[in-house]
Amino acid sequence: MNILKFFTAGSVDDGKSTLIGRLLYDTGSILADQLEALQQSNRKNDDGSIDLAILTDGLRAEREQGITIDVAYKYFQTDKRKFIIADTPGHIQYTRNMVTGASTANLAIILIDARNGVVEQTIRHSYLVSLLGITNVVICINKMDMEGYSEQVYNSIIEKYKILAANLELKGVTFIPVSALKGDNIVNRSEHMPWYTGTSLLDFLETVEVTGSETTDFARMPVQWVIRPQTDELHDYRGYAGRILSGTFKVNDKVTVLPSGNSSVIEKIEVFDLNPEEVFAGMSVTLHLKDNIDISRGDVLVNSAHLPQSSQLIEADLCWMDNKPMDDSITYFLQHNSKLTKCKIREIIHLVNINTLEKEESHQFKLNDIGRVVIKTADELAFDLFSENKANGSAILIDSRTNLTVGALMFRAIVE
Amino acid sequence: MSKYNLDYLDELEAEAIHILREVAGQFEKPALLFSGGKDSITLVRLAEKAFRPGKFPFPLVHIDTGHNFEETITYRDQMVARLGEKLIVGYVQESIDEGKVIEQKGKNASRNTLQTVTLLDTIAKHGFDACIGGARRDEEKARAKERIFSVRDEFGQWDPKRQRPELWNVYNGKIHKGENVRVFPISNWTELDVWNYIRREKMDLPSIYFAHQRDCITRNGQLMAASPFLNMDEADSIISRMVRFRTVGDMSCTAAVESEADQIDDIIAEISASKISERGARLDDKVSEAAMEDRKKGGYF
Repeated sequence: MNILKFFTAGSVDDGKSTLIGRLLYDTGSILADQLEALQQSNRKNDDGSIDLAILTDGLRAEREQGITIDVAYKYFQTDKRKFIIADTPGHIQYTRNMVTGASTANLAIILIDARNGVVEQTIRHSYLVSLLGITNVVICINKMDMEGYSEQVYNSIIEKYKILAANLELKGVTFIPVSALKGDNIVNRSEHMPWYTGTSLLDFLETVEVTGSETTDFARMPVQWVIRPQTDELHDYRGYAGRILSGTFKVNDKVTVLPSGNSSVIEKIEVFDLNPEEVFAGMSVTLHLKDNIDISRGDVLVNSAHLPQSSQLIEADLCWMDNKPMDDSITYFLQHNSKLTKCKIREIIHLVNINTLEKEESHQFKLNDIGRVVIKTADELAFDLFSENKANGSAILIDSRTNLTVGALMFRAIVE
Repeated sequence: MSKYNLDYLDELEAEAIHILREVAGQFEKPALLFSGGKDSITLVRLAEKAFRPGKFPFPLVHIDTGHNFEETITYRDQMVARLGEKLIVGYVQESIDEGKVIEQKGKNASRNTLQTVTLLDTIAKHGFDACIGGARRDEEKARAKERIFSVRDEFGQWDPKRQRPELWNVYNGKIHKGENVRVFPISNWTELDVWNYIRREKMDLPSIYFAHQRDCITRNGQLMAASPFLNMDEADSIISRMVRFRTVGDMSCTAAVESEADQIDDIIAEISASKISERGARLDDKVSEAAMEDRKKGGYF
């Protein structure tokens, strides 16, 4: 059994929290004492039934205001799969929290209110999905019950959406007409929409093939920690501990250490008390090399046949996440996996108006702004392009004055 | 499906090991908060996988309420001896004796909330800049919102409205002097995942997790272990029941569940079929809808 991580985009008004509540409720993932707590709560639907949205709004401020402010993670499982839901806020002022929740997801669910169709928010959410390179997208046309379960309404919305998806080069888009409130096509196929021949949302989530950047052939392992017991019996033990970002490593593979460029050969692989011949993306392992070369935290081990890019000047998409606007006169920290270095913003190429997708000139980056920049790093980075390898193609910016995480970077091109 | 797909337990394990190694790499003086419960026992197992054959780059820290199940302390001491790692104990009794906290009175008195002061004092005394804990997001709705690297100010407070964005698998552990980070490597595990992992790894647990005959009293509709730490009066009558514990807090706030499950397979079957959540047996969460959020803001685990 494997895990599917997905995030939901949409606002409370679209029924996003209700949809998640419905998935949890109909799969029996809400337990009696939680249900009892819900029933005692003051928030009820107009017809007196339980408001499933309050299942996901975990903070007092959220319950008071009836909105989602920050990401909540929810867990459920069926016989086929385990699911991790990042329930993210849809309002524009919480874009950074949506980016947080979306960054680890391998599938996105975007909700469209059948009464309103494709709106500004739909464009924004779809843009973020495309920006973050999520290749599985489910468009749930919700509140079908309020539009008489009309096939015509559904068709006209998906025709409009297909134009947007083409513009954004979104791949793997699936459409499902649902009513989260009534439970149509969420867990069970709806009886109200015989014209819809596809699967229910849950059926789809259980069976969709999960693909990600993990499948790339390019072996990368950032070194997090060097294990050196320095005891009498393990005097010469030097193990390079890390989690493999992408690709596979095998015993006898020739590897290069970056940024130094030194090479060696894998002598032994350890996964605690096992010694596998081959390890792959997602695994936390310890590698031993034949030669004794200088390697420490922040270095990355790569397959010598497929070297990453190396540069101090990189073109990247930047999502700004701090209340304080970006300041191109100061130096930020840049954290790229286990590597910490310094960084300046050299140039703003453009900002993207995330409601219209138009590129705009700008001299500043404010909270929730997204655009293209050129950065210069203090040390050379060994990176891949985000489109080819998400894990080695992304980094965060940290304000050295406040220590806050202020930006998300997705590397798009090397600057010659 | 390709052969390069991780089973869910392997994926959760690899993620937790990655987080533990990030703590080792990013902090000067980390610590692992050890309660004697199954979640922190799981953390210790994960630390062995992350750092052996080397030593742990952190000590284990136990905040001792003094109201322990004896079985937990026996387990703790045997485990520390087996591991050969350092254990630091912070005593709530000392905080009481020093007048920093006052023992609660009445029938529902518990030392649960007093722990926060002892915890913060222990962190300050040893200068810990990161504390690894076994909290999981599926436990409670405020925890569902918390980051894996969760920054606390110098008063130990969590500010849910000002959490740092946490992207991909990149964790920002930069802090100012006096602040610390609570790190939760098993955030994404569920109760059932932990039990399945314990079974797979053939880990030992304190015996109170398994069904046993015990003297109990009924308090607020729940079964509590009879002990000198529980304020009892004439209205309370002691009954003997076959019980086990689903979580291990101190004796005054952890309720037992009636159970015949004395083997791990039976426990997993029981949890899979259960209609009550794990923390349903924790009186400390029942105070109000925001009980956990409020305690976390105050510096709780």
